[in-house]
Amino acid sequence: MNAPSGSAALGLIPANPLLSDQLPGHRLDFSHDQPLRLDCGVDLAPFRLAYQTYGTLNADRSNAVLILHALTGDQFVAEPHPVTGKPGWWDMMVGPGKTLDPEHYFLICVNVLGGCMGTTGPRDLDPAAGRPYGLSFPMITIADMVRAQVRVIDHLGIDKLFCVIGGSMGGMQVLQWAAAYPERVFAAVPIATAARHSAQNIAFHEVGRQAIVADPDWCNGDYLVEGRYPHRGLAVARMAAHITYLSEMSLHRKFGRNLQNRPSLSFGFDADFQVESYLRHQGSTFVERFDANSYLYITRAMDYFDLAAEHGGVLADAFRGTATRFCVVSFTSDWLFPTAESRALVHALNAVAANVSFVEIPTDRGHDSFLLEEPEFWAVLAGFLNGCAEHRGLQRR
Amino acid sequence: MTAIDLATPRRDGGARDSGGVRRDGIRIDLQLIADMIAPGSRVLDVGCGDGMLLDYLMHFKAVDGRGIELSQAGVNACVTQGLSVIQGDADTDLHDYPSDAFEYVVLSQTLQATVNPKGVLSELVRIGRHAIVSFPNFGYWRVRLQLLVAGRMPRTHTLLHDWYDTPNIHLCTITDFVDLARRMGITIERALTLDRTGHHVRERQGAFANLFGEQAVFLLSRKPSAG
Repeated sequence: MNAPSGSAALGLIPANPLLSDQLPGHRLDFSHDQPLRLDCGVDLAPFRLAYQTYGTLNADRSNAVLILHALTGDQFVAEPHPVTGKPGWWDMMVGPGKTLDPEHYFLICVNVLGGCMGTTGPRDLDPAAGRPYGLSFPMITIADMVRAQVRVIDHLGIDKLFCVIGGSMGGMQVLQWAAAYPERVFAAVPIATAARHSAQNIAFHEVGRQAIVADPDWCNGDYLVEGRYPHRGLAVARMAAHITYLSEMSLHRKFGRNLQNRPSLSFGFDADFQVESYLRHQGSTFVERFDANSYLYITRAMDYFDLAAEHGGVLADAFRGTATRFCVVSFTSDWLFPTAESRALVHALNAVAANVSFVEIPTDRGHDSFLLEEPEFWAVLAGFLNGCAEHRGLQRR
Repeated sequence: MTAIDLATPRRDGGARDSGGVRRDGIRIDLQLIADMIAPGSRVLDVGCGDGMLLDYLMHFKAVDGRGIELSQAGVNACVTQGLSVIQGDADTDLHDYPSDAFEYVVLSQTLQATVNPKGVLSELVRIGRHAIVSFPNFGYWRVRLQLLVAGRMPRTHTLLHDWYDTPNIHLCTITDFVDLARRMGITIERALTLDRTGHHVRERQGAFANLFGEQAVFLLSRKPSAG
């Protein structure tokens, strides 16, 4: 494993206590008398929510779209990332002339609770202890993330979101929004997601977490206090996870058995193969922008997600009486959140006669397809959103 | 999974498969179905193909329309037009819906391709207060004549496939259908037959219709009608 190269101007690592103040975008601070009641029973306070917006809220506040990011995403949806300098994670979907056009919509994305891009998480200072939370940060759930987002939406004076949209863990939040706040969601687009995390997915997350905690530099979660950082553990976690975001076909097409910068096998454990070099690169760049404890907490939140369990084991009961218009999207080669998961969701929505569209996009690029150039996906989504805008009476500029 | 081949009349918009007769922009059998549907009602179109009927109903009858379509390409095309459509199968995916969820459930040119037509029919009248079912009539005189004279499996405007690649695994005549509906306690509210040109629409369901109707459109309901 290569050590990570130098960070960009706004370094996350080592601990940069000022990061949260230096980031572009908006911040919303809640004091001790405005705590967030978490599922684990803890009242979190004080806390900060960092979010970014694009476009303008219209006069009747009906054009707001809440974008919900995935496990390792953040609020920088459609602009260069302040830490890595790379394009926004949904740059292909969001922007002028694109499917989610700030010319038509007021787009909002909030860094999730427990995250490490400005919203309060385990790397932030625990005011009671005078040191970073680390493992004393309370456990959070998908529902907690959504409760936090509600604070932002309330702050912006938006009664009803035109659309909540997100892929993977973002899709879980979409479902939680639609189930918990149906009157505030006109349209919901859960993409490449599921109403519960499967045993296989929990298993992959556990591998990642164990890689982190096995790193001696993790220091029982106190690495920030110790001035160390579990680069290797977090990078291995990312490498394992990254494989699950792709597909056998896409890996084969991209790399095959091609060798990396060498004419023949080295008969050693260097990165002989391009696919190894690629994964090492994915791991080493990830640790520059992501906090290891955040990774533990957020993966756990996904593992705990089971929408049916909160409704007596009947998923349909989560959506009974809903007037929200749903568009469920899956991708043929996604084996992390396979189409069967989306189909189970659609069956539950049908059982309450919800207004639902369901498309499976043919592609061989796996789970990450929702982040990639998939014109059929974009066209379907644009058609759905246009239909919803018509029903919502949105004025198109 | 059953193979409901919606290439039969619906997927290509029907210009080829259903006799090619259109009125007011949509296929005449779809127009007849649309005429049976009250404005503003909730409609489920099972086997909605490219969404032609749903699109018409939404724009001209202001219905709250949903669709189920077997082919993913058809589904994606529908959703791209802003229609609420899911990928699904008439044989397996209707039992999810609650009873009386819709005013009308439409099954156009698909019944004959289902694995369990009787089960599908009972689901249609359970989910919808009304069901509208259209199908090619195997009692049509040209069908009978082909079998009688040529001794070959019939091929007509509505039955395009060779016997070995047809999706139509449960063909029936109008008389057969009326008989099944009666045995299932389903009320036939209206029965229309179309001749091969689609122009001569007749309101009848007897032996004459069974001989001269190339297609049939039935408006059904579960409860006995007052009349």
